[in-house]
Amino acid sequence: MKKIELTNVSKSYGHVEAVKNVSLTFEQHKIYGLLGRNGAGKSTLLNMITSRVFPDSGEITVDGDHAIENDYAMGKIHLMSENNYYPESMRIRDALRLAGALYPDFCMKTANSLAESWGLDTKKKMKELSTGMNTMFKASVALASGAPYIFLDEPVLGLDAVHRDLFYKLVVAQFEKHPACYVLSTHLIEEAAGIIEDVIIINAGEILVNEPTEQLLSQGYTVTGPEAVVNTFIAGRSCIGHDQLGGMKSAYLLEPLDGSQVPDGLQTTKLNLQQLFVQLTKREGGNGHDLA
Amino acid sequence: MKINFADERPIFIQVAEGIEDGILVGAYPEGEQVPSTTEISVTYKINPATALKGVTRLAEEGILYKQRGLGMFVSQGAVERVRQKRKAAFSEQYISRLTREAKRLNLTLGEIVELIERSYNREKD
Repeated sequence: MKKIELTNVSKSYGHVEAVKNVSLTFEQHKIYGLLGRNGAGKSTLLNMITSRVFPDSGEITVDGDHAIENDYAMGKIHLMSENNYYPESMRIRDALRLAGALYPDFCMKTANSLAESWGLDTKKKMKELSTGMNTMFKASVALASGAPYIFLDEPVLGLDAVHRDLFYKLVVAQFEKHPACYVLSTHLIEEAAGIIEDVIIINAGEILVNEPTEQLLSQGYTVTGPEAVVNTFIAGRSCIGHDQLGGMKSAYLLEPLDGSQVPDGLQTTKLNLQQLFVQLTKREGGNGHDLA
Repeated sequence: MKINFADERPIFIQVAEGIEDGILVGAYPEGEQVPSTTEISVTYKINPATALKGVTRLAEEGILYKQRGLGMFVSQGAVERVRQKRKAAFSEQYISRLTREAKRLNLTLGEIVELIERSYNREKD
């Protein structure tokens, strides 16, 4: 029963259906990637899971308990979001102490060592923090929270390449020490791809993909070659997009590949998670085809 | 070890091959311990389950063995075992790709052999 379960959850804002009939499970000891374009419904989903907004219909349970207006259930969830709710004039070290008082299983030692890894000056006040430092502070609180369910919404905002690298390492190291449920929601897909065990792609309020990353990646590939040969090869296959440059065509396929079926003259390459995401979620028109 | 996310092969295979490379060049000698899955996953920013899958694969092949409470160690005879395994895969992994590209370039068999000979003699330590 140790899981967060969403069953047929929907939420509309006026005429906009932000989340449509979504069913999902988040289990312990797993790192999930929750991916979606801007406005796809990610934040609405996270806000419903954390009881910041209520679904119009459907059910959300945490370890079997109803999530709505349930402090006990909410105590098990930590959401690192864009907002920083700590008082502006509070110093980092005092904010960490406050977090320690708020979260029952908060580990101050971990929080301090994380802050040190980032090189954060804990004497700094909230209002003095740059976007990146704000992220480092919030990530430290999240990873030290001790919560069984840790949601990280845009957790690398404002971090430079070195600090992003450090962030992914800290997540993996912390996951090994505290094997909870981690859910990463990010636009920097390829950077995070390696640590994501299960990938969930939400598009226009609906779940498009929900499967192990490795399984998804084993099915995505590009075939490139003369247009006619490519067209013959992709007939009857599940093609999710294509690009064309003169007589050369690249088609993006999503199905297991049997290398022996690929005719001479066609080249196949693997699609990475970000390329798959782009092909699956781009809308017709506005996809850059006419830019050249 | 090097993990390449753009590589055709799944990451757990790359983890296994990376350890095999280390065994072949003597970085992980027989009877010695290999890095833990935590070290591997943190260093390469990969999911610990993926690292474990790679290591487990080598254990199943008898290249590594588990010492309860300590970790994974390189088996006796692992170097030879890895070498045999690589030889078996050599034809598919290198030769057929080489001949495919060579045919596309209209290279004759004689020309291919000559090129290989030249390269082989140059590489001879």
